[in-house]
Amino acid sequence: MRVEPWLLSLALFSAQAAPTGPELDQRVEALARELRCLVCQNQSLADSSAPLAQDLKALLRRELAAGKSEEAVRQHLVARYGEVLLYKPPLHAGTALLWGAPLALAGLGLALLLRQRRRAGGEPA
Amino acid sequence: MTSPRRSFLWLLPLGLALLLFSLLARALQAGEPRTLARSAPSALLMQPAPALDLPPLDPAATLRPAQLRGQVWVLNVWASWCAPCRTELPALRALGEQARVPLVGLNYKDSAPQGLAWLRQHGNPFQLNLADAQGQVALDWGVVAVPETFVVDAQGRVRFKHSGPLTAEQVQRELLPLIERLRHAG
Amino acid sequence: MTVELGHFAVLLALLVALLQGLLPLVAGARGQALARPAAGLQFGLLALGFAALLQAFVTHDFSVAIVAAHSQRELPLLYRFSALWGGHEGSLLLWVLLLALWGALLAWRAPGRLPPAFAARVLAVLGLLGAGFLGFLLLTSNPFARLSPVPLDGHDLNPLLQDPGMALHPPLLYLGYVGLALPYAFAVAALLEGPLQGAEERWQAWTEAARPWALAAWSCLGGGILLGSFWAYYELGWGGWWFWDAVENAAFMPWLVGTALLHSLAVSARPGGAFRHWTLLLALLGFALSLLGTFLVRSGVVSSVHAFASDPQRGLFILGLLGAAVLGGFGLYGWRALQLRAPAPAKPLQLGSRAGLLMLNNVLLAAACGTVLLGTLYPLVLDALGAPPISVGAPYFDTVFVPLMLPLLALLGLGPWRRWDAHEPWQAQRPLLPLALGAVASAVVGALVWQQGLGFALGLAAGLWVLASTLALALRGSWATWRGGPRPPLPRWGQWLAHAGLGLFVLGVTASRHFEQTHEFSLATGQGLHAGALHVTLESVRTAQGTNYRALQAQVRVEGPEGQRWLLQPEKRLYGPRQVVMTEAALQRQFGRDLYLSLGEALPDGRWSLRLQVKPGMTAIWLGALAIALGGGLAAWGRRQPRPQLGQQAAPTGVPTPKEPGTAPPLDLLPPPLRGIP
Repeated sequence: MRVEPWLLSLALFSAQAAPTGPELDQRVEALARELRCLVCQNQSLADSSAPLAQDLKALLRRELAAGKSEEAVRQHLVARYGEVLLYKPPLHAGTALLWGAPLALAGLGLALLLRQRRRAGGEPA
Repeated sequence: MTSPRRSFLWLLPLGLALLLFSLLARALQAGEPRTLARSAPSALLMQPAPALDLPPLDPAATLRPAQLRGQVWVLNVWASWCAPCRTELPALRALGEQARVPLVGLNYKDSAPQGLAWLRQHGNPFQLNLADAQGQVALDWGVVAVPETFVVDAQGRVRFKHSGPLTAEQVQRELLPLIERLRHAG
Repeated sequence: MTVELGHFAVLLALLVALLQGLLPLVAGARGQALARPAAGLQFGLLALGFAALLQAFVTHDFSVAIVAAHSQRELPLLYRFSALWGGHEGSLLLWVLLLALWGALLAWRAPGRLPPAFAARVLAVLGLLGAGFLGFLLLTSNPFARLSPVPLDGHDLNPLLQDPGMALHPPLLYLGYVGLALPYAFAVAALLEGPLQGAEERWQAWTEAARPWALAAWSCLGGGILLGSFWAYYELGWGGWWFWDAVENAAFMPWLVGTALLHSLAVSARPGGAFRHWTLLLALLGFALSLLGTFLVRSGVVSSVHAFASDPQRGLFILGLLGAAVLGGFGLYGWRALQLRAPAPAKPLQLGSRAGLLMLNNVLLAAACGTVLLGTLYPLVLDALGAPPISVGAPYFDTVFVPLMLPLLALLGLGPWRRWDAHEPWQAQRPLLPLALGAVASAVVGALVWQQGLGFALGLAAGLWVLASTLALALRGSWATWRGGPRPPLPRWGQWLAHAGLGLFVLGVTASRHFEQTHEFSLATGQGLHAGALHVTLESVRTAQGTNYRALQAQVRVEGPEGQRWLLQPEKRLYGPRQVVMTEAALQRQFGRDLYLSLGEALPDGRWSLRLQVKPGMTAIWLGALAIALGGGLAAWGRRQPRPQLGQQAAPTGVPTPKEPGTAPPLDLLPPPLRGIP
């Protein structure tokens, strides 16, 4: 799924021409897995056989083959379908809580734990 | 006997739990889970309407896309293979007549003969029909289902999107007032 | 007639559950004596009801509504059984049956291992839970409802569920889900008994007693999740095995908390009873998450391919049950925790001790669980606030979960080597240094050789470190035995198996994520092409027939770089009355990697679209996860007899009973209904 590292190195070594063949396949696949099929119950574009999903995948392929970056294609689609299309929520004020939660929760738990170093009985206060 | 700090530590998780319950209860009340297609507001609201670079379905059409500039108009996405499109035709026709707006039809993933036959059979409420045989332009408009209806203002911005067939009630309650407002504003 | 008898049996079971729930708590010693027989009777009655419905399914009695909805005449026998839990009503009956089963098992094993009064209270809590769910079942989701007129044939079981793995998945998963009710009941019973401070023996007894049950439930839950993933992988045709779907998360969250609970119990069961509060809270939280999971799956508030048909009324009932259980349990805890000021601690926590490291990892597990919960519910939050909707899917969860788990894996390799309570100087772990350095070095080399990035190196290092550390522990234990020392007890083997399994799992996931390839192409019959290092030829497409389906089967020959040849036969199946189309992918399993081929649509020009995935590391994933679940089961089995207390002779009954009234809590601290109960 995360094939970017070796793809990047390939991209660097190859000419600045637009991608074709297997590299394009992998990039389309990787991007399609990040995008949601809006007419399905909860599936990515990569896994859905719905006609709309097929159309969008074809659009992905065209845009990537034309040399556009993943980010540009994502923006293009979000402008038309909204952020709900992305399975990875973009980071802004509305999603700050979502993205900050893991660190915040771990930090909170650690703080509670350290407070209890003084109490072997395990009182939470 | 109990320290206030400890009490606070108990109120916090309890408060969070109550928050969780109210969230879940509210989610229940929202009723039947709406599909994303219908509930997501259009990402195009207040954005310039995408171009309609398409051949007309009927070469003898009277209206040209360029003539739409400067006025409020309605785009309806339909197809001959779409059953709900047939049921919304009366409401659509009423909209066109009462609001006196141009109705533009986007024939989605259809063949010209079948589209024309459908119009002949059920009546053509549209002033102009464009053929989007591959569905590419529809992708530009963020179409996820058929039928869908858009309202575009005189400045060329998308102001309204509805996914699914229109009802007569919706036309009366929502669309007619909206179009009036847009006309007077623009 | 049998069905009505079954219905009556379930009604009686509700009555028995109510009695089981209330009498031990309010009727003194005599009420307590009724708890065990009541638990057994409840299970027996529910088993009768279940059997009555099974018979209806096997004999194609379409006058019963759920049989008509989920079965049909050509359905093979095995699936006639599993169709019983293929829909909401039947699966709920399975749920209460398994809850009663756990209760009956506890009732059977309690004498001599648990103080009678305490055991009675635990069974009472289980009885109340059972009564709640039976009420829900009978009022809103009656599986015994009849249909009139009787249809000639049924609607058929969803073809997705017509599979041995899927037949077994709900029972195993539910065993885990409802099994977490046992630690919950232990916690509530302990809270009902008296304040948390003091009464060290009582505390230690219940912690020790709860461990095998928690381990068994956790093991079943892990096995159920594994089976679900394994089935989804080979059955659903998209080649994935974990999607972070809301329903999957609903099962994963209790598992995460269960893991934390197991380790917290290990700390609290030691003399000194450290972190008893954390253990109690985790026990309460585990089952609360089970209930939350039930709610999410059956209420329809989240969109998922796994969810049952939504019904807000049912959702409201479950929400009520969830609320009662959570507020009841946590409220009780809060009341008890606030009652007395804690005494001065015996010894402060050392973060570098095994106990400290375990608690650190528990913090990480809890944070991970909280993150998954937030991610799953976030779309609901935004919807409630009226904001535009967003999607929270696999990319988000993968991004946040891994950074939480990496420190956990690092500490996991270190923890079992450390002393339990004291902070040993770090030099004592010098023998581990070569292992750690070896893991890191291998990871760096691997990343360079295979041209992968930091993510790959970290995953490889973490997996190797955990594996190496655990293997070293096992070797050291075996070596000591060989030299004449005592054999490591079974729970220790369980721990090693589970930890090693985790290491293997991490390696598998790392390989899978970084080396997976997908090729999509279309071929005409007789045509072939190169996909990566493989050569794929579509030989033919023909029709095939199954018991209750017709299929289009493609014969595809795949050739490897060293001349290996495989024949893959992906299918598209058309099932029964519903005429549902299913993609049956062809799976070629090898030790190192799987070949996954699914048949797509027929194109207008006569070619067929195919999707080939090369998936390395799958064997490691399945074996690793299996080892985790089995390790837990092994440990559960090993703890089925309680340990004799330190400094005491092993009593024939095994568990010291709480001392006589001298150490009972002062009466005025107990609420009125609990006075008079020893």
